[in-house]
Amino acid sequence: MDIITIVLVVFVAFLAGMEGILDQFQFHQPIVACTLIGLAAGNPMQGLLLGGTLQLIALGWMNIGAAVAPDAALASIASAILVTYHGAGISEGIALAIPLAIAGQVLTIFVRTLTVAIAHATDRKATEGSFRAVEFYHIGALMLQGLRIAIPAIIILSVPPQLVTDALNAIPAWLTGGLAVAGGMIVAVGYAMVINMMATPKLWLFFALGFALSAIGELNLIAMGIIGVVLALLYLQFAPEFNQGGGGGGNSSGGDPLDDILNDY
Amino acid sequence: MVEENKNKYRLTKKDRLNVFWRSQFLQASWNFERMQNIGWAYAMIPALKKLYTSKEDRASALKRHLEFFNTHPYLAAPVLGVTLTLEEEKAAGEDIDNAAIQGVKIGMMGPLAGVGDPIFWGTIRPVLGAFAASLALSGSWLGPIIFFLAWNIIRMAFLWYSQELGYVQGGNITQNLAGGLMQKLTQGASVLGMFIMGVLVPRWTNMNFPLVLSRVDVAENEMVNFGAISEAANEGVLSGDMLRGVVEEIQAGLSIQPVEVTTLQNTLDELIPGLAPLLLTLFCVWLLRKKVSPITIIAGLFVLGTLGYVVGLLG
Repeated sequence: MDIITIVLVVFVAFLAGMEGILDQFQFHQPIVACTLIGLAAGNPMQGLLLGGTLQLIALGWMNIGAAVAPDAALASIASAILVTYHGAGISEGIALAIPLAIAGQVLTIFVRTLTVAIAHATDRKATEGSFRAVEFYHIGALMLQGLRIAIPAIIILSVPPQLVTDALNAIPAWLTGGLAVAGGMIVAVGYAMVINMMATPKLWLFFALGFALSAIGELNLIAMGIIGVVLALLYLQFAPEFNQGGGGGGNSSGGDPLDDILNDY
Repeated sequence: MVEENKNKYRLTKKDRLNVFWRSQFLQASWNFERMQNIGWAYAMIPALKKLYTSKEDRASALKRHLEFFNTHPYLAAPVLGVTLTLEEEKAAGEDIDNAAIQGVKIGMMGPLAGVGDPIFWGTIRPVLGAFAASLALSGSWLGPIIFFLAWNIIRMAFLWYSQELGYVQGGNITQNLAGGLMQKLTQGASVLGMFIMGVLVPRWTNMNFPLVLSRVDVAENEMVNFGAISEAANEGVLSGDMLRGVVEEIQAGLSIQPVEVTTLQNTLDELIPGLAPLLLTLFCVWLLRKKVSPITIIAGLFVLGTLGYVVGLLG
């Protein structure tokens, strides 16, 4: 056990835990988190591949309003440690990621509840006009979120590798094979969540078009992106809801709010 | 008097940059009671510190910014900008009460959250993430690097410029953002998002049905004549023309196997590639609309996938 490896892995875990709540720099997204863990554990290619696969699964995991999504942070960090540090297979890592995402979700709900007490402590200090105290409590709550992932990471790191290998070897072949097959399918849930948020009857047309065009292998994603942007711009130009009063002289303030803002700016 | 104060109580670009930097920690102390409230106050502190000096003023400023607040973490930026303008005016002695400031915050946060979720979580992150994942799965380091850089450049640019827009525009911005402009952006982003989803569903869902439907012996004249080639090679008379002939036969569509195996997957692909992933995704959308939780669906798919593998339907 290399002490530098352990420090780096725990540091990445802490970072991912903080990002799990902040949702800004995206250190908690599998493609970043697993790659970093892989680099820290000296097994970067496995981390990269695991991250790519988990990223597809986690595409639709998003916190909306006060609802808490499955936790990408714990799923990525813990399964990346198992794969890149303890030597589990990538398909095993994916299968384990799902229960880990739920465990992480429970943990963040716990911390978010605990933080209510911090909010009340902040109120008391605020009546004294103390900026320092508000800052202290705020960052303290962030540290708790970091520990939420760092502590499980330390626990998983400290499990003897032999135990992990034995446990993984004990999984029968039909289950490992089945989980690998299922891993390829559960991406669909992420897609469904994203679609479910955006879909209106009119927009299904564009989904259908994308599906039909996807059969043309020569069109890579950059080409598809260009087609998509063109479609979006055309839609905005021609959709009736953005063109009210088009022929009737218009009002004096002009039609396009973007122009108005840019003129004022 | 008020005019004179206005110059005194002006936030510099440095102050506003400070607020921008801190706004990235908006959710650090997200709690179930008042959600982003401490984070909001934390972001406002550089401005409040400059505008208010007495202990009473600071306490009341903190109190008013520790009220309930929750929106999309990036769309808080324009609200911060507007609030900075309001605080400047209040400090300069204009008659703006706490309720007015709270009203602006609450009034803006709802519509803006509805705009930020589909654009950032629903479109940009899945599209960028899927693109980066495809690079990563082909073993390219550009995957995570592009994802991280592109996302953070877009995000930081948005945070800073929308905060500045809010600051310059003041109260007018609510109308502009919640009105036409943001609606256009949301719709445009959704069109792009739905299109890309249509592309990704068949391309990146791995479903294979190896179940063999038929085995047909290929007639001799429909198969590449490998026998002649190997004979010629053994006798040492193999010529370039013969090899070219083989390649031409393959290109002409002759079979290279003596038995043609048709699996369920081949039949489905002939219909239209990606039919099974499409049906699976639509089924998931339907389940989500029935309020089945995503985790339940994922667990169900694990059971289904394992069963399918065990009976040999999926592979």
